Order: sequence, then C-alpha cells, then structure tokens
Amino acid sequence: MKTMFNLNKIDSEGLGGKLNMNTENNSQSSDAVNALEIRNLNFYYGSFKGLKDINMNIEEGKVTAFIGPSGCGKSTLLRTMNRMYDLYPGQRAEGEINFYGNNILTPGQDLNLLRSRIGMVFQKPTPFPMSIYENIAFGVRLYENLNRSEMDERVEWALNKAALWTEAKDKLNQSGLSLSGGQQQRLCIARGVAVKPSVILLDEPTSALDPISTGKIEELISELKNEYTIAIVTHNMQQAARVSDYTAYMYLGSLIEFGKTDELFIKPKRKETEDYITGRFG
Amino acid sequence: MPDKHLSSQFDADLNSLSSRLLEMGGLVESQIATAMRAFTQMDIETCNVVIENEKLVNDLEIQIDSACTELIARRQPIARDLRLVMAVSKAITNLERAGDEAERVAKRTKRLIEAGTAHNINVSEIRLSGQMAISLLRRSLDAFARLDTIAAAEVVEEDRQIDEEFRGFVRKLITYMMEDPHTISTGLDMLTIAKAIERIGDHAKNIAEFVIYIVKGDDVRHIPHADLLRAATKE
Repeated sequence: MKTMFNLNKIDSEGLGGKLNMNTENNSQSSDAVNALEIRNLNFYYGSFKGLKDINMNIEEGKVTAFIGPSGCGKSTLLRTMNRMYDLYPGQRAEGEINFYGNNILTPGQDLNLLRSRIGMVFQKPTPFPMSIYENIAFGVRLYENLNRSEMDERVEWALNKAALWTEAKDKLNQSGLSLSGGQQQRLCIARGVAVKPSVILLDEPTSALDPISTGKIEELISELKNEYTIAIVTHNMQQAARVSDYTAYMYLGSLIEFGKTDELFIKPKRKETEDYITGRFG
Repeated sequence: MPDKHLSSQFDADLNSLSSRLLEMGGLVESQIATAMRAFTQMDIETCNVVIENEKLVNDLEIQIDSACTELIARRQPIARDLRLVMAVSKAITNLERAGDEAERVAKRTKRLIEAGTAHNINVSEIRLSGQMAISLLRRSLDAFARLDTIAAAEVVEEDRQIDEEFRGFVRKLITYMMEDPHTISTGLDMLTIAKAIERIGDHAKNIAEFVIYIVKGDDVRHIPHADLLRAATKE
C-alpha cells in the first residue's frame, strides 16, 4: 500500500500546474502536496443539486474540517471523496476529484481499493458484530495475505494507533459491541487505519460521544495527522477550531470560505462565515 | 454590534462588557480632568480626591477582567466576538494605567504645593497637553462605543501632537534648569507630570488601535501610520 501511495505522489507531480489551481478562497501554500484536489464538483440527489461547483484542495498530512448548518452539503462532499454515494441509486457527481492525480470520479475505478485508501468513520460507531480482533482483521484480509503473527502485529498496531490497545488487549476475543461508545468509535478508527489508507474521512465522529471520549478522539486526530491526511465533518465549531489546520465553511451546497483555521476563526474573510461561526442571524 | 446572536444573553453579555469599559473610561477621564484641575489651581484637596478615587478604577479593572474571563469560559467567543473580548481586556489595562498616571499627576502636584515651589516655571504646555490628553481619551472611547475606525485612526494620528508638546516642554525645562539650578527639583516634578500626560495620550492611542482590531481584524500596533490608515479604511 505504501508503494502505491508514493507512486500516486509522483503522478500528481507529473500533472504539474494542477497543484496551483487554487480557488481564491484557498490560502494554502502553493508548494504543499495535495492528497485530494476537487475541481468544479457538482453533486445531484436525483434532480436536486446538493453541491455547487466546489473547488478546493485537501492538503496531505493536514486536518481539513468542514463546518456549516445542517443540509449545507458538508457530509455529501465527504461522501464523494471515496464515492460512498455510489451505494445509492439516483445520486451522481460531476467534475473531478483527483486523488494524487487520479480522478476517482471516472468510471472503472476499483471502489473497494479506493475505499481502503480513503477510509471513512461515521457518526455512529459501526463495529461489525464480531470480536474486537476480527473487526480489524476482517478488512485487512481483503487486501493483504498476512500470516497469524503478522496479523496479530497488525491488529496491535492498529489498536495502538487508535489509542485503544491498553483498554482492549485483554479482551480481543470479546465482541466489538461490548465496548463503550467512545471505544467502539476508536475501534472503527483502528479498523480504518489497519488497511493503511492515506486519507481518513471522519463524518461527525464524536457527536454521539461524551466529552472524555471526544477528547480522546481529538487527541487521536492530532496524532494520526502525522501519517494520514484527515478530512472531518463536524457540527461542533470549537472542535473544528481545536483539531483542524484548514477549515471550510459551506452553505446551501456552496463552499463559502476555505482557509487556515486560525484565520477563519479569528478573522474570517466573508461576513456569512462570521455570522455563522459567531452564531448570529444572517 | 449590528447583528444579533441567536442567544440574546450572549448579546447582553457582550454589550455589558462594552458598557462597563465605557463606564471605566468615563471614570478615568474624570480622574485625569480632576488631576489637571488640581495642577492648574494647585489645590491639595483636589489632589486628594484623585488619589482617593484611584482605587475605584482598580476595582473596575478587576471586575471587567473577570467578566471577560467568565464570558470566554461560558461562551467560547470566536471571530469578531473574540476580538472584542480580547480588546476589552487589553483596553481596561490601558485605562487602569491612564488612571495611575492621573494619580501620579495628583501626587506630584501635591508635592509641589507642599514644597511651595510650584510657580517658578511656566507650565502652559502641561496644561495644554493635559487638555489634549483628556480630549484624546474621550475620542478613543467614543470611537470604541461607535466602533468607528476612522475616528480611531485620527486619535492615533493626534497622539503625535501630545508627544511633540512633551518634547517641546522638556527642551524648555532643560533651559530653565541650566539657567537656575534652584529650579531642578521643581523641574523634575514637572517632568514627571508632563511624562504622565504624554503616557495618557499613548494609552488613548492604544485603545483606538484596539477599535481597528475589533472591526477590521488587523493588529495595527507598531505599524507605519499609512498602513494603519489603510487598515482603518479598507472595506
């Protein structure tokens, strides 16, 4: 998986000028490597246009947060990034999402492979109804042929990455459903990390969790970003401020403002953004 | 703040911070005016009033600072709201220090009266710059109340005049002291008073700079005046 990751990096560099096609909202530095480059993306639920002409980059090794009121399209955008919407008939995306240079919206993509490299964690913890060990090993077996000891190592590694090892190491054979909500969510993150993706998409990962579990997941996010690119949708503005490097504010399917988190939360450029984040009537 | 928050209590809290800052500003302004009256009239009683009231200023600083901390803890303000709270917290420090300067003027005046040497130096510059400092502080507080960045930029510009008056007075003092060493002791007290007034102008200027920070989001401290003007007038 690592090799593929690097090959893709070379691909993206081969595309040259693409990297600099930033939108005016985008204050990322031009020499940054982008894991995902979204160009003129439109998304339709049947005849309803859920995303309108989105242009932005998701920078490698950074946390990008998406905020905005319910129905603004932030989860929809996240779901286009690993084509999760493909599971639903009548939904389609137009435009480009270049994942290290490869437009994942083109037909003929291996979606299972894509989703192993762009993993996703959902709002509600969704452990499989199997043991903690199997929850992690199950996904790994789909992509890799590991012997027992290698698999043991991988499971421990993934649980460690998700800061769950010390809590789970003595009950690996118990059901994943026996864990607390916060632990289940970390198990889902471990499961996502186990197949060594390059991007992790988090869709409201802590909205069902208590403050302590939320704190642990946030801590985890800042540790994971050293090795992974993370995109997170959150309703909790303070969370976006705490964990992200870049923040995108969306409204009615459009990207209103996208920039460095520090700037957006102290000195947003657009009045719409300021009204929303400060909780004012528009 | 033109727009309302979804939480009207949040609006009320922010408005209360601003009004208490203005209340404190009014008190400090009156302290300076009283101190200048004490200086002009060389009246010990008036000096004592200023020294006595100084603790009211200190109390207000502590109360408003604690209100800022509470608001941050309860509301986690961001963007313009955060800038307002940070600016209020810093502006009251400036006001408290301006209050200290008023007290300094009163104490030194008292010493001059007690020494009986007050009248052997012409101090028209001190009176003039005292009036300028009071006017400057009032205008910086007005700019704060109306979030008027243009008025704030004017305050910053005019603080230079007080600085100029101060330098002129220092030159004059040196001449006095060189001509007649007996004036040195009085001269040093006068210098302290003049410096206190010059500092009040600086505090007014700082408050004006915070107004630009709140409204435009740019930190305009320690930048050339042309850049400050640009920040104050940009859309």
